[in-house]
Amino acid sequence: MSARTLLDKIWDAHVVRDETASTPAILYVDLHLVHEVTSPQAFTELRQRGLRVRQPQRTLATFDHSTPTLPADAAGKRPYVSLEAESQVAQLEINTREFGVELQGWGSAHRGIVHVIGPELGATQPGMTIVCGDSHTSTHGAFGALAFGIGTTEVGHVLATQCLLQRKPKSFAITVTGKLQPGVTAKDLVLHIIGTVGVNGGTGYVFEYRGGTIEALSMEERMTVCNMSIEAGARAGLIAPDATTFAYLRGRARVPQGAAFDAAVAQWSTFKTDAGARFDHEVQIDAAKIRPSVTYGTHPGMVMALDASIPAAANAQEKRALNYMRLEAGKALAGTPVDIVFLGSCTNSRLSDLRAAADVLRGRKVAQRVRMLVVPGSEQIKRDAESEGLHEIFRAAGAEWREAGCSMCLGMNGDIGQPGQLVVSTSNRNFEGRQGPGVRTVLASPLVAAASAIAGHIADPRELLAEAAA
Amino acid sequence: MKPLTHVHSRTVVLPHENIDTDRIIPARFLTTTQREGLGKALFNDWRYRTDGSADADFALNQPAALGCEILVAGRNFGCGSSREHAPWALLDFGIRAVLSSEIADIFRGNALKNGLLAVVLSEGEHRYLLEHPGIELSIDIERGFIELPDGGRFTFELEPFARHCLLSGVDQLGFLLQHETDIANFEMRNAA
Repeated sequence: MSARTLLDKIWDAHVVRDETASTPAILYVDLHLVHEVTSPQAFTELRQRGLRVRQPQRTLATFDHSTPTLPADAAGKRPYVSLEAESQVAQLEINTREFGVELQGWGSAHRGIVHVIGPELGATQPGMTIVCGDSHTSTHGAFGALAFGIGTTEVGHVLATQCLLQRKPKSFAITVTGKLQPGVTAKDLVLHIIGTVGVNGGTGYVFEYRGGTIEALSMEERMTVCNMSIEAGARAGLIAPDATTFAYLRGRARVPQGAAFDAAVAQWSTFKTDAGARFDHEVQIDAAKIRPSVTYGTHPGMVMALDASIPAAANAQEKRALNYMRLEAGKALAGTPVDIVFLGSCTNSRLSDLRAAADVLRGRKVAQRVRMLVVPGSEQIKRDAESEGLHEIFRAAGAEWREAGCSMCLGMNGDIGQPGQLVVSTSNRNFEGRQGPGVRTVLASPLVAAASAIAGHIADPRELLAEAAA
Repeated sequence: MKPLTHVHSRTVVLPHENIDTDRIIPARFLTTTQREGLGKALFNDWRYRTDGSADADFALNQPAALGCEILVAGRNFGCGSSREHAPWALLDFGIRAVLSSEIADIFRGNALKNGLLAVVLSEGEHRYLLEHPGIELSIDIERGFIELPDGGRFTFELEPFARHCLLSGVDQLGFLLQHETDIANFEMRNAA
């Protein structure tokens, strides 16, 4: 057989029926993640047609988007943003019970952001196909799984048939070499990649991140990179599984244990691109040249180095974006006053993200003018962080330590800013109004977020890191 | 899904590039468990000022937009989240077709599955439509062309299966369910 890419191998292993000129392939789905926002209409469809969930054991549900991040009161009442949000969550409880689907709900030790808990439980595994009614399903590609977001109609297809109708996407190699400099994180890397490829450069493609820099990343860093593939238009991003992947998975609840794990590793190890395999498109990135990077506009492709001056608007849209952001081309972005700092989201809410920010905040104070929200990605991360005392560091600095969820990433649960406020956010989208009408979002790494919280304005973490090292 | 064979309407133009799904329908309107009734939230933060009043400058609020079923949008329409609420909101508002030079993958798939025609045109054709807002277009889905008022035609292609489903009003779940035996065989082969 000719040399195949990682995408080819996963694809080929999941084709139930080949694509033809007139019909897409039928592709089998190994793991279907479900959350409260994009599933209720799909369950309604099943009910109306008298269908059941074909493979409940391949289906895992949780709620994360509409959930409050403030705790329940003494009577157990949770502060939902609206009755509708509360009933949406209740509807998922009803649907999962009725259709026999596992729910990591309130009171579960593993509730959390759907893209955080899949890997955490070991449900996400190499070589799998994984889908969810959520565009950041690309996160799971960090394990060498073909993982992508789908709409609610397709959620219904997968619930009923465990399959999707898909045309095979094209392959796009992003090869990253060179060493990331101190203070430069996986978030800076992926922001830089989106800035290079463009906000629509990946449309129709699946990325495969390759090269020495990618191989040197931890699993949490790889998840940060794959998470934002969709921000360049690619539905999925892949990283070939390796020793780092297997070490992360070993002993997790849903992976095979003992000798069966070693057998699984042998099989997982085959999921890599063969030497000589051809990609439809390729770019090379030099990691050593990347500086801490942030967005300055209203889409994630408007990226700049934090220590550079704000680029001139290339077109009417960028001009409009600068107006919205109240920023002026040619000026420094560093030093811009900050109102809110949000540390969280499926991009950057994992334990290593919280540790990185806590290291910067330890013994320091969040500036008077700034409100900082720290929202762990899952109940598990919350417990782990608390056992290390990270919550005490955040609280002592003046930050709010919240319950797990998506929170301010999309502002669906009431965690939003006020019109005109500027948010330095470790999340993935800086669209107009994403974090509340009129709110201005600057996407950044946990280090930049923490440094900016302390300074009260957008700040370069390398100064504080140098101080700590001195 | 009702069959969709033609769309005939004046256009309404939103020339902005990269109109994301948060723009089409902000997340705070996604707490519904229904598909219906989302048209009122379509482009909410463009249509309405923070005090709730309608922004008369916004294209969809202008009298000429009334009854328009064809939206011509800037490049990379529908980028961002996978929310199907975006095509649901467009359809509920009365939009039947979206034309652009590039449409984001997930949005395009979602749109076509709901009977919302999503067509990608060449840069030149797209520019012409952006520069001529409000012109009367007649879209023939079966024959794959858009007829202009002067009789000129822009041809377009659709993924053949999506086109078939639009024209016959068939939904794709029915097709998948017909292949139950193939799916069961695949599961048997892979269970070992």
